[in-house]
Amino acid sequence: MRFEPGREYSKVAVVGGIYSNYLALEVCLADARHQGVEAVMCLGDLGAFGPHPDRVFPLLDAPDVSVIRGNYDDSIARGLDDCQCGYTDPRDNHFARLSYRYTFSNTAPANRAWMAGLPGEHRFRLGELDVLACHGSPRQMNEFLWESTTPMHFLEKLARDHDADVILGTHTGIHWVGRLPGARAYVNAGALGRPANDGRTEVWYAILEAHGRDLDVSFRPVEYDYRRLGTEMAEEGLPEEFIETLETGWWTTCLEILPGKERARGRF
Amino acid sequence: MPNLNLALAAPPSVRLTALDQLWFQVSGTVCNLRCHHCFISCAPDNHSLWFMSRRQVREALADSRELGVKEYYFTGGEPFMNRDIEGMLEDTLTLGPATVLTNGTLLPPRRVEGLGRLAEASRYTLEMRVSIDGVTPEMNDAIRGAGTFDRALEGVGRLVAAGFLPIITTMQSWPDRETDTILAAFREVLAGVGYARPRLKVLPPLLMGAEAERTRGYLPTERVTAEMLEGYDVDQLLCSRARLVTADGVLPCPILADVPGSRLSTGLTEGAELPVRLTEQACYTCYLNGAICANMPSGTGDYG
Ligand code: SF4
Ligand code: SF4
Ligand SMILES: [Fe+2]
Repeated sequence: MRFEPGREYSKVAVVGGIYSNYLALEVCLADARHQGVEAVMCLGDLGAFGPHPDRVFPLLDAPDVSVIRGNYDDSIARGLDDCQCGYTDPRDNHFARLSYRYTFSNTAPANRAWMAGLPGEHRFRLGELDVLACHGSPRQMNEFLWESTTPMHFLEKLARDHDADVILGTHTGIHWVGRLPGARAYVNAGALGRPANDGRTEVWYAILEAHGRDLDVSFRPVEYDYRRLGTEMAEEGLPEEFIETLETGWWTTCLEILPGKERARGRF
Repeated sequence: MPNLNLALAAPPSVRLTALDQLWFQVSGTVCNLRCHHCFISCAPDNHSLWFMSRRQVREALADSRELGVKEYYFTGGEPFMNRDIEGMLEDTLTLGPATVLTNGTLLPPRRVEGLGRLAEASRYTLEMRVSIDGVTPEMNDAIRGAGTFDRALEGVGRLVAAGFLPIITTMQSWPDRETDTILAAFREVLAGVGYARPRLKVLPPLLMGAEAERTRGYLPTERVTAEMLEGYDVDQLLCSRARLVTADGVLPCPILADVPGSRLSTGLTEGAELPVRLTEQACYTCYLNGAICANMPSGTGDYG
């Protein structure tokens, strides 16, 4: 089914940061279609971390997939100096720069132009719920909304200010759902690009189904060939630290952005 | 000869974009230490701003929900000088994440165990930020007082044992080229008390209070003018994203905690509506450095 902003759906897949993990994206799209979703919402951050950034574009260029622009896509499309994640820690910064430079120089101009044309948000109906899909938060593309640092009253204010029952986001890389009174919710779809700092090699996406105002949210693990991805990353000269994350499920970089609880659950 | 016209021009004002950070000056200006660089000159005998009560914190918390506050910060003085601090944190952690800025010297084992239980019980993060200003007792104690290095490290060790990953903040007192060496030395010292994966944060010094005597004060021209705000992203300034609640009312930000005349209102809802006039020279430091007080990298929406 072709995705059209504004129309009504009853079952959709929501995928977060892809970070060039085209192998996981392939498995995820097949799984989502097998589950009978009517559309796939991709919330952006197509590049970073993984190898061969151009390989995700043919997969996303499908009639049932809709993509919005993340901070990474925004940076790459506009040729900015960095990914707008805002690291201050020297080590995090070093790795962020490295993968940004790699992604930038390996993304074809046609794909950069395609990303430049992506919308910053989408609105549609799911059952009787008004859904707002964005990257970080509806007020700021690169805002982090973590489970342990996002108050419910803050989410309610976002929903109120932006006229939405359900807000969809990613940007942090770890999936969670915040249920609000009145059948409203915030859903962080997590990321397909790398594991969720949980010691598992699978990556995650969400399926949302609504009947009337009854919303069902389920997160699905995606098993993909992470060894092959790691081999390709090594061949491309990407850091061993990244490959270690794929193989162990623990984050080794970008640690600075993690709040205390999310960081304590990990190993580094 | 400095241009006095600049200094005399009417200061610009800043309105709140959103009240993302709510700060509580829970122990006023009272601290068990007397650091040379303390930007509000806190000390055991500085009673210019008194302790907050748990009720005062509760009232602000109640107002904060409607305002959509994202994070809560506890500061002083030394927050652990306030004997109701645990109760305040318990109230806060039912609503959102809390960060305590402490000197780490008032953390006996029973208190830390209690904090560990509070942190565990909440869905929200309780973040402990411990200030240590050097990698040796000589370096730190020269600024923070005799014995404080060892006591703060002991506090950090206890926090780590209780499941915390405290954020260690340090005010930069060395040239930039030495930063890597100093950070490496920090990691080693912290590993010594069992902290194997430390979170370290280097802060630029603020030239105010005792800090102004330690190095140098501001030049008269070092003020924020309306011209300087043209094309400037005011979200960089804490006062566009935060308010400070004290025993004595609501102020723009923790940096101006004891600056006379900076009080905005009695209640939080009113204080959130009023614009802040950037009259103080400390505003100039903010202007240059951006919001330096919070936990996270700046420009991420978590304002730090
Ligand atoms: S810097 Fe902190 S620990 Fe030192 S005197 Fe001031 S409030 Fe107390
Ligand atoms: S010191 Fe900084 S945060 Fe405080 S009022 Fe001045 S500019 Fe705003
Ligand atoms: Fe992002």
